[in-house]
Amino acid sequence: MNLLMAFIVAVVFVVALIKKVDIFDAFCDGAKENLKTAASLCPTLILLVTVIKMFTESGASDVLSEFLKPVTSFLGFPEECTSLMLVRPISGSGSLAVLDEILSSSPADSFAARVACVMMGATETTLYTIAVYFAAVKAKPQIGVFISSFSADIAGFIIAPLTVRLFLG
Amino acid sequence: MLNIFITILVLMSIVLSIIAGTSQSLSTAILEGANEAISLGLSLAASMALWGGIINVAERAGIVSFLTKLIKKPLRLLFDNINDEQVLSFISLNVSANLLGIGNAATPLGIKAMKELNKIDGCSGKNTAMFILLNTASIQLIPITVSGMRLSHGAQQPWDCTIPTIITSLAAFITGSIIINAIYSKIEHKIRRKVR
Repeated sequence: MNLLMAFIVAVVFVVALIKKVDIFDAFCDGAKENLKTAASLCPTLILLVTVIKMFTESGASDVLSEFLKPVTSFLGFPEECTSLMLVRPISGSGSLAVLDEILSSSPADSFAARVACVMMGATETTLYTIAVYFAAVKAKPQIGVFISSFSADIAGFIIAPLTVRLFLG
Repeated sequence: MLNIFITILVLMSIVLSIIAGTSQSLSTAILEGANEAISLGLSLAASMALWGGIINVAERAGIVSFLTKLIKKPLRLLFDNINDEQVLSFISLNVSANLLGIGNAATPLGIKAMKELNKIDGCSGKNTAMFILLNTASIQLIPITVSGMRLSHGAQQPWDCTIPTIITSLAAFITGSIIINAIYSKIEHKIRRKVR
């Protein structure tokens, strides 16, 4: 896997060289663009990380995962990831903050941390995405749009622990 | 929405910390939160900047348009009789930007696709639901953000979640599209009956 990432970079650079793209210039433009995005993300993160840290430190998140335990343990779903499951469809930076909290409290190579990462990578800020796209055309989303997108999210949450077990034992 | 959400979170944590007697750690959480947020922001900035650079090189080298051509045919199968080439082009561009993780480019392209879909059926049909699902299922080839965060938290192999992530996305997408087919074939059936 590690070699694959290096390989992707190599392919991109070789193709760019053949196509006579100014690699240096293109790279710096792209990096600058994303640095700006990351910088604009920081104020939101400060607020959300603080709030979510308060929530976990007070023991409220333990109460919440205890409450949902019958469901999560039935699915073989790590308790630590319950709060991520609830925040993920609503807020992108909020779920980043929750994921960071999970990665700080359990080791990065633990089962719970890996499941959290797969959940994060395999789903989207569904509610936000639907809102942005339908606002752009000034149309109202049909109920079918919500049902299908949210069932895809739920399926992702259920499948995430299974694929982690299958591939990373 | 988010405003109500964070206020509820704060209120809940205060009430619970009084009951459970964890008010000491609650007040340290307030101080530590900002610190952690900035180190999270820094590690995100590093990985996002690196891959943003590489992907921009890929874009200028024509790899995005290559990917777009590659996925156009299989994408056509997901949609019901889309003959409009323009819609399909925007959708393919949006999906390939998502595959590479260029969210900044994917959203404006997706909005263009939505505008074209709106002209066809007012964004009320199966095709729109399928397009939204393609975006919310988040099928991404390189999980940049997540891998960067795992690296900064000391993972041995930060990339090892890539294949499980792609498979999970695909499974989620398949589930969603089965449900779309079920919902919209029923609706169409009803309409047909009414016409008779």
